Amino acid sequence: MPITPAITNLNDLLERPALAALLAWRREAVHSAKFDRDELTIYLERGAIREACAILKDSPKAQFNFLSDLTCVDLYPSEPRFEVIYHLLSMKRKQRVRLKVQLSGSDPSLESITSVWPAANFFEREVFDLFGVRFQGHPYLRRLLMPEDWEGNPLRKDYPVEGYR
Amino acid sequence: MILNMGPQHPSTHGVLRLILEIDGENVVRMMPDIGYLHTGIEKTCEAKFYQQVVPLTDRIDYLCPMTNNLCYVLAAEKLLGLEIPPRAQWIRVLLNELTRINSHLVWLGTHALDIGAMSVFLYCFREREDLLRIFEMVSGQRMMTSYFRIGGLALEPPLGFLERVKEFADRFPEKVDEYEGLLTSNPIWVERTKKVAYLAPDDAMALGATGPTLRASGVDWDLRRDMPYSGYDQFQFKVPVRSEGDVFSRYMVRVEELRESNKIVQQALAGLPEGRIKAEAPKVVLPEREKMKTQMEALIYHFKIITEGFTVPVGEVYQAIESPRGEMGYYIVSDGTAKPYRVHMRSPSYVNLQALPKMCEGRLIADVVAAIGSIDIVLGEIDR
Repeated sequence: MPITPAITNLNDLLERPALAALLAWRREAVHSAKFDRDELTIYLERGAIREACAILKDSPKAQFNFLSDLTCVDLYPSEPRFEVIYHLLSMKRKQRVRLKVQLSGSDPSLESITSVWPAANFFEREVFDLFGVRFQGHPYLRRLLMPEDWEGNPLRKDYPVEGYR
Repeated sequence: MILNMGPQHPSTHGVLRLILEIDGENVVRMMPDIGYLHTGIEKTCEAKFYQQVVPLTDRIDYLCPMTNNLCYVLAAEKLLGLEIPPRAQWIRVLLNELTRINSHLVWLGTHALDIGAMSVFLYCFREREDLLRIFEMVSGQRMMTSYFRIGGLALEPPLGFLERVKEFADRFPEKVDEYEGLLTSNPIWVERTKKVAYLAPDDAMALGATGPTLRASGVDWDLRRDMPYSGYDQFQFKVPVRSEGDVFSRYMVRVEELRESNKIVQQALAGLPEGRIKAEAPKVVLPEREKMKTQMEALIYHFKIITEGFTVPVGEVYQAIESPRGEMGYYIVSDGTAKPYRVHMRSPSYVNLQALPKMCEGRLIADVVAAIGSIDIVLGEIDR
């Protein structure tokens, strides 16, 4: 399908259940939103992520009951450097929503959502391992894919593809 | 006592290490330790042109390469806004269902082997060999197929391909009866699998399990039916669901899927549309050889696509498809250049593995082997 321009005005996206539920919960937690290529992205305040996930999971208006994916993108050298990305799925509505939290390069940390979805456990460990983003309240935040004594975070953009020699 | 199971253990299907805290024969706590096959594919993708990523996706899950190819090319096509001709979509569906059968056959053979049923393995690999020959015929490779291109297919399937697939699809249902004859009512098999490694539906959802693991716990969810892609909405098939949540029901779900996949293959063969196999996008899709040799413009496009790739508009997409193991998802971020800025794979085995401790804790060590087999993990996909 041909690409249509992204919709970024919050008022044009109010009929989207995920956004409506979050705006009704706490207006200032939502920085902005974007609807592009049939996918809705919501930018959230850093401190609000765990509660926002809980709202989206439990609120009858939203019903995003499944955590599909959690990952991170390094935007080095621009600031805020990291974007942590959550893909939620609603099996009832057959819809997806993408949540994003932006983090600065100097203090990349945010709240863990393992208490909402235990599935986030491995995902958050992987992001910690490969990007160096810390998740507060994670039950076992240790390296997952790389060896325990590895130095550096391989998926950061300032880490060379061939590794350090 | 702490017991290390793996990384070198024949029933861990690769290099999975399980740290078991045991009390006698009972597992008290279990912690999977992964990363032994980590090759940094996500990082490598960032240094390749979009088309060059396709062969890498084969290597993630070497048992269902076509599924990974499909998921990646669908994501890239969504970024580019390409329209794929129906013939290419149907051949993709056809090959994906053959891949599902192929993957389930390897699973069934090795799972039965783990539990002690030797001969099933030989039966399954007999049919798998036929499938690998079909893949070789269409793509030139038995395992690492890389047959799909962004914008369509690499080549028109060769003469005799459809007849060969038809011949396979016609005799496959009775082969499934043969496997079932060996296992379904076999008292040893039933004893080893029924009421073993129970996973409740709520736990399965919370732990992110997908695919047959989720459906065997009673959650009716299949992306092919519920969020169709690549023309799956034009096919009629049932989604097998069981409610027991044990190893036996996961086995039954997958065996039923073998039959359903075969039905999809037959529908795809019967209704295969004629037409192009590549999208109309000269800046993305390579021109035909004949045109490339006779027309200046086509030659220029060919040269440019090969040497500098094609640029992809800025944006991000998440595309998920139903792989034999569950929800396979690709998240691609484009910064407007010819190389992806970030490629992330949401691999089903990786998430399903988190459900393993829930299945095994409080049960016997011997059941751990049955539980690992029943979630059908591929370590290449877990570690990437």
